[in-house]
Amino acid sequence: MAGSLLVLALLWHILAIIVQSRYLPTPIAVFDVLLREGASGDLWKHTSATLLRVALAFIVSMFVGTAIGLALGRFKTADRFFDAWLILFLNLPALVTITLCYIWFGLTEAAAVTAVALNKIPNVAVNMREGARSLSKDLAEMAIVYKFGWWKTLRHVTIPQLAPFVAGAARSGLALVWKIVLVVEAFGRSSGVGYRLAIAFQEFDVSTILAYALTFILIVQFIEFSVLQPLQSRVSTWRR
Amino acid sequence: MAALNGANDGAPIRVTVKRKVFPAVGGREAQLVLKDVSFEVAPRSFLVITGPSGCGKSTLLNIIAGLDKDYEGEVDLGPAKDRLTFIFQTPRLLPWRTVYQNIALALPDGDPRHAKIPPMLERVGLGQAIHAYPERLSLGMQRRAALARGFILEPQILLMDEPFVSLDDPTAASLRELLMELWRSNPTTVIFVTHDRAEAIQLGTRILRLAPGKASVAQDANVRLTDAERRDRAAVLAEQNRIFAAT
Repeated sequence: MAGSLLVLALLWHILAIIVQSRYLPTPIAVFDVLLREGASGDLWKHTSATLLRVALAFIVSMFVGTAIGLALGRFKTADRFFDAWLILFLNLPALVTITLCYIWFGLTEAAAVTAVALNKIPNVAVNMREGARSLSKDLAEMAIVYKFGWWKTLRHVTIPQLAPFVAGAARSGLALVWKIVLVVEAFGRSSGVGYRLAIAFQEFDVSTILAYALTFILIVQFIEFSVLQPLQSRVSTWRR
Repeated sequence: MAALNGANDGAPIRVTVKRKVFPAVGGREAQLVLKDVSFEVAPRSFLVITGPSGCGKSTLLNIIAGLDKDYEGEVDLGPAKDRLTFIFQTPRLLPWRTVYQNIALALPDGDPRHAKIPPMLERVGLGQAIHAYPERLSLGMQRRAALARGFILEPQILLMDEPFVSLDDPTAASLRELLMELWRSNPTTVIFVTHDRAEAIQLGTRILRLAPGKASVAQDANVRLTDAERRDRAAVLAEQNRIFAAT
């Protein structure tokens, strides 16, 4: 994988040399900007602010989405009633939720996180509803006959069945959340990668845009490979 | 606790199902599954309920187990009701837990019987697979694990719903042998459902035949075979012909 990314960087470098434009800097120029921003402390300041928002929005949407999804999966009447709502929220453009949240709740941190969470919650809910619907009746009966009680049932029967759905929602969630967080920051925050990108856009500063984008992609990749993927393979060791 | 240790030996299981109906779903009409099915099961007997597919055998077993409460009638399991075990048609093991964990989960935490799990698994021929995940085992081995889970509880009432279906003949035969051996060493009241008449005769001390359409008991007969004769194909066949002569 490292090799294929190296080839991509090389192609980029060659293209940049051929084009010779300030709007397509070489990878080396981007790296220079990265070092400069890192030394000044800006890189850390903006990425940490973004990471905090990503974490908050991610946790809120996972919890709320899971609760809603499980409830809809378990109670048919509620599901029939709220299904249309869910579809409506699923199709609401991110830009609409963001602008409305800022207008209604002001340009605040809470409004920013809420806007991101609102974009992700329907997604998690749909995933978890599938999970709740697919819970095995056979295993539930087994747990009754063998007197598992609620705690053992939850821990050994229910949660393992939901785990793949949680893992799926988490992985797709991280990718979605961090992208929306950048938009929210560009619109109405004065810190974060999104804010920094918006400034760079006004100056047509492509090097800075690429430097921040690459930093964040690396961080998200790191979380994906070091946390989410190991977690997913851990919960599926039992599979044939 | 004294009641669990033999004082209730004399109490039979009493089952009375006046009416059991599957409600109409979608375009299908409501269906009468069981009507006036009533019988007693003597302690430590091995009752086999038999009949063709769809005659309500499994439904009856679910009612006895308390899993299906939507019926008219009454089931009295007596004082042994807390020591009931159900071995299902499919093994119903938790695929994300090892064989050992699956069996341990059936026991309360800290129960002294946890120590008996390895010997029990050894006994059912799973000594090498104690820490294997169920999906890595053959269906026959999964069924052995399900039997071990049922027997580790030392039940006083054992319900079994076609536990050896969809196995090849030698595997099914060896599991029947294992069941008889486990039952002899820990005689419990067994209610065993099967559509396989030879299996019914080989295992049961009493046969209850449900008839399709009628939704009720069509025949109630005792099996007159010794343990040795149960291993003899010809003897089983002769008894099968005697009991099911009318059908």
